[in-house]
Amino acid sequence: MKTRSWLVAASFADLLFLYLPIAILVVFSFNASKLSARWQGFSLEWYAKLFTDQALLSATVNSLIVATVSTVLAGALGVLTAVALERQPFRWQGAFEVLLLMPIVIPEIMMGVAMLLFFVMIKLPLSLLTMIIAHTIFNFPVVALIVRARLRKLDPRLEEAASDLGATPWVAFKRVTLPLLMPGIVGALLMAFTLSLDDFIISFFTAGVGSTTLPIKVYGMLKSAVTPEVNALSAILVLVSMGLVAVATWVQRK
Amino acid sequence: MSPIQLGGGRWLIVPPAATLILFFGVPLALVLAVSFATRGTYGGIEWAFTLGNYTSIADPLYLRIFWRSLWLAVLTTIICLVMGFPLAYVIARAPQRWQGILLFLVIIPFWTNFLVRTYAWMFILRSEGLLSTVLSALGLTHEPLPLLFTDTAVLIGLVYGYLPFMVLPLYAALERLDPSLIEAAWDLYARPLQVFTRVVLPLSKPGVIAGCVLVFIPSLGAYVTPDLLGGARSMMIGNLIQHQYLVVRDWPFGSALSFVLMAGVLAAVLYYLRAGGERGLL
Repeated sequence: MKTRSWLVAASFADLLFLYLPIAILVVFSFNASKLSARWQGFSLEWYAKLFTDQALLSATVNSLIVATVSTVLAGALGVLTAVALERQPFRWQGAFEVLLLMPIVIPEIMMGVAMLLFFVMIKLPLSLLTMIIAHTIFNFPVVALIVRARLRKLDPRLEEAASDLGATPWVAFKRVTLPLLMPGIVGALLMAFTLSLDDFIISFFTAGVGSTTLPIKVYGMLKSAVTPEVNALSAILVLVSMGLVAVATWVQRK
Repeated sequence: MSPIQLGGGRWLIVPPAATLILFFGVPLALVLAVSFATRGTYGGIEWAFTLGNYTSIADPLYLRIFWRSLWLAVLTTIICLVMGFPLAYVIARAPQRWQGILLFLVIIPFWTNFLVRTYAWMFILRSEGLLSTVLSALGLTHEPLPLLFTDTAVLIGLVYGYLPFMVLPLYAALERLDPSLIEAAWDLYARPLQVFTRVVLPLSKPGVIAGCVLVFIPSLGAYVTPDLLGGARSMMIGNLIQHQYLVVRDWPFGSALSFVLMAGVLAAVLYYLRAGGERGLL
């Protein structure tokens, strides 16, 4: 049946709504004007300024450290969780699954508050470490869900065949299951990395004095005077996200 | 369940379970405990049991903030549903090759930094921003428009932020809808509206519910959007909690507020599970 033209028009309007604001930001990041809403010629000045901003560079480094470490930890914990849930049913599994969904479901602000309270109570000074812990907690359930979905779709007979051929359960897992899971795992890790890199609220509550991340820095810039540099920084971040989602989509397809 | 069990596999769950309980279960329990404690003189916590933090939420000042949050979240959900449905439908009916591209286009904003996407609207709506500049250049307005720092700006930001959450589950439901059922309805002389309300909508109900829950939850607990796009009077629950925690330093009251917010969110999740959406939230 034919799709009606007004539906197509409405969809086009939706996509315009989603993309026009981002496109405008990117275009105006090349604007020479400091007042930023009037076009006054092409310039790369704001990009050049970004790369000399020392605070911005150290915030970027912090973001990359937190995202990398928390992604590795979330990956390990998430894969363990997915395998255990699918292959090793245990007592209290139902309760555990509810708890596992909670970090995804509850409002970020609540997660931030809970983490802050916890770290203050156990007297752990807020730092990169506390942020890494918090990011690992909100990321590993995401990894677990994605990997588990992939694991469910695998044919269990492949593992059976491996063990019929004399493989121990561990060897069967390592040589058969894990390679088949790999696209799912890589996709999940990219997702976790992006979520960590983009997180503002939970980082805001768990960051210490010297551990400002990129989103916290961006937030500070937005709260004070909005300069054209923010546009340039935004354009770079948009480009990075697009690259990550393209890689993730490409990996998942395999 | 697979017949194959890993050797010593029963211990696999221990590291994740221990991590989750220690670093998530305990913090949540602490928030609950603190919500019944008393605020100390200098902003600390005194362990004297009270229900006062919950009863003071009934103050009209705070009730108004809860009411506004609920209202904005419901409105955001409805607008996303109305806007998202045609797009999800068109993607589901598009040729296979186009489906991939269109889905990709819906997913990209979801991966793009939320602060950046919110900033895009600040840039457009500011009084010396793009929209004002364009409108005054066209001679339509003569003074800067008060667009930013309003409830409307918050609403635009929320819809913009969460529209992809609506489109994806709707698409998943519509894609499974058998087109011959729609054709049958046409053959039986159904009017377009009837085809929609009697065939398409009932069959895509799981997607509608999933999409609404996925949009409603983050909208209700929104912090960044009202903080950046809303004015001093556009506070939502999330901002109130942040204010109590980091500005006023009344942690017991902030904790009680968080728990009430969480109760609202869990109610939405329970409704979703009851309605038969057991396919997981992602």
